Amino acid sequence: MKITRKHKIIVYSILVLFSLYFLFPFIWAFITAIKSEAEVFSFPPKFVPDVPLLSNFIDAWNSQPFGTYFKNSMIVTVLTTIGQLISCSLVAYGFARYDFKYKNILFMLLLSTMMIPWDVTMIPLYMEFNMFGWINTLKPLIVPAFFGSAYNIFLLRQFLMNIPKDLENAARIDGANEFQIFYKIFLPIMKAPLTLIAVLNIILVWNDYLGPLIYLNDQSKYTMALGLASFQGVHELQIIPIMAMTLVMIIPPVIVFAFAQKYIVEGISGSIK
Amino acid sequence: MFTKKNKPKKFTLVRKRVPFLFILPWIIGFIVFTLGPLVFSLIMSLFDWPIAGEAKFIGFDNFKTMFTADPQFYDSLVITLKFALIFVPLNLLVALVLALLITQPIKGIKIFRTIFYLPAVVSGVAVSIIWGWMFNSEYGVLNYILSLLGIEGPDWLIDPKWAIITIVIASAWGVGTMMLIFYTDIKGIPYEMYEAASIDGAGPIRQFISITIPTITPTILFNVITSVIAALQQLTLVLLLTGGGPLKSTYFYGLFVYNNAFKHHELGYASANAWFMFIIILLLTMLIFKSSSAWVFYEAEVKKERKGRKRK
Repeated sequence: MKITRKHKIIVYSILVLFSLYFLFPFIWAFITAIKSEAEVFSFPPKFVPDVPLLSNFIDAWNSQPFGTYFKNSMIVTVLTTIGQLISCSLVAYGFARYDFKYKNILFMLLLSTMMIPWDVTMIPLYMEFNMFGWINTLKPLIVPAFFGSAYNIFLLRQFLMNIPKDLENAARIDGANEFQIFYKIFLPIMKAPLTLIAVLNIILVWNDYLGPLIYLNDQSKYTMALGLASFQGVHELQIIPIMAMTLVMIIPPVIVFAFAQKYIVEGISGSIK
Repeated sequence: MFTKKNKPKKFTLVRKRVPFLFILPWIIGFIVFTLGPLVFSLIMSLFDWPIAGEAKFIGFDNFKTMFTADPQFYDSLVITLKFALIFVPLNLLVALVLALLITQPIKGIKIFRTIFYLPAVVSGVAVSIIWGWMFNSEYGVLNYILSLLGIEGPDWLIDPKWAIITIVIASAWGVGTMMLIFYTDIKGIPYEMYEAASIDGAGPIRQFISITIPTITPTILFNVITSVIAALQQLTLVLLLTGGGPLKSTYFYGLFVYNNAFKHHELGYASANAWFMFIIILLLTMLIFKSSSAWVFYEAEVKKERKGRKRK
């Protein structure tokens, strides 16, 4: 497509305008986080603080047990990711590479679970976890991940459907058992979509607020999202540490995103086809 | 020893059981974390079920209360539908415009793509905290910037008329995922189609209407359905940004269910509310699907039709 100069100028101005909408809140959060208290509540607002106080971040971190929150978030995120990778690869493989009785009904059932609003299962799940004695532990946030999620299974299955059947038949003739075929041949092939699943899961779980809100009540069990939200509720005027910790909280998903951008873009295009 | 006869037999036996071993995790998870709770929730909706004390069977009374005696039910339903009605078209439009922009073959476009997607990796908590501070009517930077342009900004989160708009603006920040879905689809359209059209004298707008839009209708359908479902279930932002206020102007249906369950501890009633939402979502999804046959074009179908015509 040939592009004229005028066209280019228009496109760039719209791009910059949208960038302001998406980027400015981050910038403003950062500017707020390094201000002094007097500057935060001065009007008109200052866009460049007189002395940038990076020490605000350390003070904010120490003002609440954010180390514990961070650790809890890490535990939940890492374990659910491992759980999703194991369970989803197994289940998707089963659905994609074998023919068996009731396969289609089961797969339709799997897809339809994506439509159930979380409101419906929220209360019985709470009671169930309560019965297990899991309330106020990290288990309700972690254990279900080891049983797969419909979206991830669907995504992986679409990927696996495209691989020729000869691959495992050849291995079978060579004497490999079914699990060896999965483990030694297919698992390495699934690297790209598994990376996508890991990234999506990390972003989702790290940011989850409602799960921790419902299942956790002891501060020592709080995750980052929950700790930050409750921190805001209690100290409404401490806007500086709140902004500082908000920025700290978004660092891990942003880092993961930076490394995995390619997989996200390609993976999304693969999953909708 | 294997004879030629029983070897294939064993083979089929293995292949009958093995697939179930692979999908077993999901089957267990489905029963324990989805089907069980789903059935139980349906049963609960027929009970007066306080969090402590005896559950009492009351038949359809919860549903009766909902429809006849609880004005908050209607109010929150209307607020949520209103939100969806603003949010879904706006989000689709913005996502589509952004996707078109980032498919432009110009320098630095990858940086813009990253910028537009970035907020989508940020949590509901962070979004609500950052936007809450920007919307602050006393010290908020937004109204200051507006005042520089000679506009007097509204009391975003305090004015019931503006609160819902505020939530739309903050939640539209996560449009990046939908943008990427559109983007990858638009990128997949063969370049030759545009070339041929431009030889025939079609301008960019004509090309957009006649080529881009029809080709991506399946993706539009996907995005409409997922964003309708997301809009109807919106909760985190409301919980953190406004708590349902001011004057219950942002008391979304999700918050209504949540409060009935975990604040008022009426588990049976909340289950009935949740089931009603489930039915609404099912009906809406079905409706959108039904309507889709009129406006969604699938490549495979088009090909079939062409083949059919050729045969004639």
